[in-house]
Amino acid sequence: MTDTLSNTHAASLERTKLVRAGLRRRHMSEAIFRGLGLAAIVMALGFVALLFIDIGRKGIPAFTQSNLHLTVTFDPAVIEVGPAPARADFTSEAEYNAANLGWQREVALLNWNTIVEQAMRAAAPAGLDIDSRTLLTIPETDARHRIRALFVENPALLGQTVDVDVLASANATNWIKGNIDRSLGDAQQQLAAPARTLIDTLVENGTISNGFSWSIFTNVDSRAAPASAGLLGAFVGTLWMMLIVVALAVPIGVAAAVYLEEFAPKSRLTDFIEVNINNLAAVPSIVFGLLGAAAFINYMHLPISAPIVGGLVLTLMTLPTIIIATRGALLGVSPSLRQAALGMGASKTQMVFHHVLPVTFPSILTATILGIAHALGETAPLLLIGMKAFVAQVPTSPFDQATALPVQIYLWQGNENRNFFEPRTAAAIMVLLAVMICLNGVAIYLRSRLEKRA
Amino acid sequence: MKIALYASAAVIALAAFGTTAAFAQSRDTIQIAGSSTVLPFASIVAEEFSAAFPEFNTPVVGSGGTGGGLKQFCEGVGDNTIDIANASRKIKDSELEACTAAGVTDVREVQFGYDGIVFASSSSGPDFALTPIQVYKAIAAQVMVDGALVDNPYTKWSEIDAALPDQAISLAIPGTNHGTREVFQLEVVDAGAEEAGLPEGLTDDEKKAATTTFRQDVVIEISGDYTETLARLTSNPETVGVFGLSFYEQNTDSLKVATVNGILPSAETVAAGEYPVSRPLFFYVKGQHIGVVPGIEEYVQFFLSEQTSGAGGTLEAAGLIPQAADKTAEVLASFEAGAK
Repeated sequence: MTDTLSNTHAASLERTKLVRAGLRRRHMSEAIFRGLGLAAIVMALGFVALLFIDIGRKGIPAFTQSNLHLTVTFDPAVIEVGPAPARADFTSEAEYNAANLGWQREVALLNWNTIVEQAMRAAAPAGLDIDSRTLLTIPETDARHRIRALFVENPALLGQTVDVDVLASANATNWIKGNIDRSLGDAQQQLAAPARTLIDTLVENGTISNGFSWSIFTNVDSRAAPASAGLLGAFVGTLWMMLIVVALAVPIGVAAAVYLEEFAPKSRLTDFIEVNINNLAAVPSIVFGLLGAAAFINYMHLPISAPIVGGLVLTLMTLPTIIIATRGALLGVSPSLRQAALGMGASKTQMVFHHVLPVTFPSILTATILGIAHALGETAPLLLIGMKAFVAQVPTSPFDQATALPVQIYLWQGNENRNFFEPRTAAAIMVLLAVMICLNGVAIYLRSRLEKRA
Repeated sequence: MKIALYASAAVIALAAFGTTAAFAQSRDTIQIAGSSTVLPFASIVAEEFSAAFPEFNTPVVGSGGTGGGLKQFCEGVGDNTIDIANASRKIKDSELEACTAAGVTDVREVQFGYDGIVFASSSSGPDFALTPIQVYKAIAAQVMVDGALVDNPYTKWSEIDAALPDQAISLAIPGTNHGTREVFQLEVVDAGAEEAGLPEGLTDDEKKAATTTFRQDVVIEISGDYTETLARLTSNPETVGVFGLSFYEQNTDSLKVATVNGILPSAETVAAGEYPVSRPLFFYVKGQHIGVVPGIEEYVQFFLSEQTSGAGGTLEAAGLIPQAADKTAEVLASFEAGAK
């Protein structure tokens, strides 16, 4: 009896020990799991922070630009050109346009650099010995176009003196901002010693000052005048493509999903289509680019480098995402809703369009915006349809040649003036990220609003 | 909901209409692609061209390397093919045949200046004074030692020549899609191989293999732009890279240039023909597109004008080495005369 008692006592002790050990193990594994989870979050955030800090550190300085405040004299001795044609002298609009174009070309072929040089000399300290070539490395090369544009707009400026702000050249900007190591010797500097001294003097006397770089947002890309290179062309190109994606991918995607989910008979064929849609979502984007080049450019003869082709390719890429998300959302609608609608005598179409589809709106919208955000950052397929070209115009229609924001980043990254374009590239990345964050913000806002309503 | 349905149907119909409308619409912007060496020059000309000729659109300039550009160029005639291919070497016979086969029969060659090819290393590293034979010995898979071809034994530059730095051999060269590669092969490797001598009795194919097979462990082929080569040099400062002279001149703060045969590359030494590794730059114009796509003729004339590619012109400031004015006049005359 005592034996059994002590035995049971010993057994219970044993059991307690086992339970305690088991508990400890469980607690330990829980602690380990929590620790790992926390470490994963810290690491992920760390990488994101590293990325943002690195891009911000490089990119933020690029949002300021160095401006040269020049006093420009439209010297009649240099601007030797007849008066601009007046509309009254011509009988037809076409004749006037031809004469006007001819006059503009005549103006364009004048040596405007002489005007820029005179203005630079006027700004420099008196008696400075500097040759005109070195002097002209300080203002950006588009200074002459800016001054010429003023004259073309208002030919009455001939002989007058006006204040004009022009950009400092990319190399001058590098020197002012310290993008290039200022302690390097003459042989390693991009600018000649007299130009560097003059820039420092001009910064001191206020002829050169830094201001917010609106040109990043208002100008198109430029290689002739790198300091004036901006994102406008790429931004509009991206906008055209996204319009095409929204206009095509959303209706086609939702219609396909509704048909497949609600109306199509379950058969081998629909199963096959379903498997293929899921596979399509996993196809690397570069394959869509190759497909686009073959189908839209070579076969359908759409223009190269045009947003229409980019938009179509990105539509193909976004379609599976939208179809899958919409189908998932339709599947999630409660059967009671359907049965209630059918029970009230609604037809199947009425049930789907009046009752089921509106409930899925928030999910469809989120999928669409996320799909577009994905398409917005897509670069690889665009490279294959010729959208990595240098385009110095704002596309006025989806059929004009254009680049896109991510491609512009790629192009700037490859520019040979590394010192100037590294910060510019980072600035472009910041703009792209800002657009994406805005899009995601809109998605979250709309979803929460629609969910409340539904 | 019905409205949304109708709207989507309308959008799809509109898109389909837009697509068909594109067939009829003809392109009014010059489309250019090709050599990444020529790209900066062509882009600058494109911008200046549209400033001087307000009635034309700014030409669009793509890259893809000389080979890639000529391939696009020779795809055929029509709106969806390019008008001009930039090239840093002459068009090959095989490429011309491809052109003819695709119906591109009027190919007009325009030579507009020169560019040097330089060897440059990290500015923090030692100086290099190279000769073609040393480069050949550094990168060929098999080299001559005591009259026989053996696997390349050199691991450091100093083992090839005591005057070279005591540094591991690593050379970043342009990939085969670049025109620069051809010139590098011809002017440096082939010249070096000839100087070093190959064993007698080799067939032509064996000779070609001996000079074009490089050691994969020390040679890095770059298919992208020079910035990619520069990135290699930054990550491994012991690498020597092959660049265009104009690219080097824009990055003198991070690069140090090597002499070849004792000559320092510069605009002057290349123009005078003293620096051995240089090449003419070209672009090829599709004659059949002249008059169809507006502005091609004017673009070529503007490109070859004194103020653009001549001495003291816009492109010289960007690193182009101008050719003699009478050569330019000759090129322009043969362009205007038409198909050759």
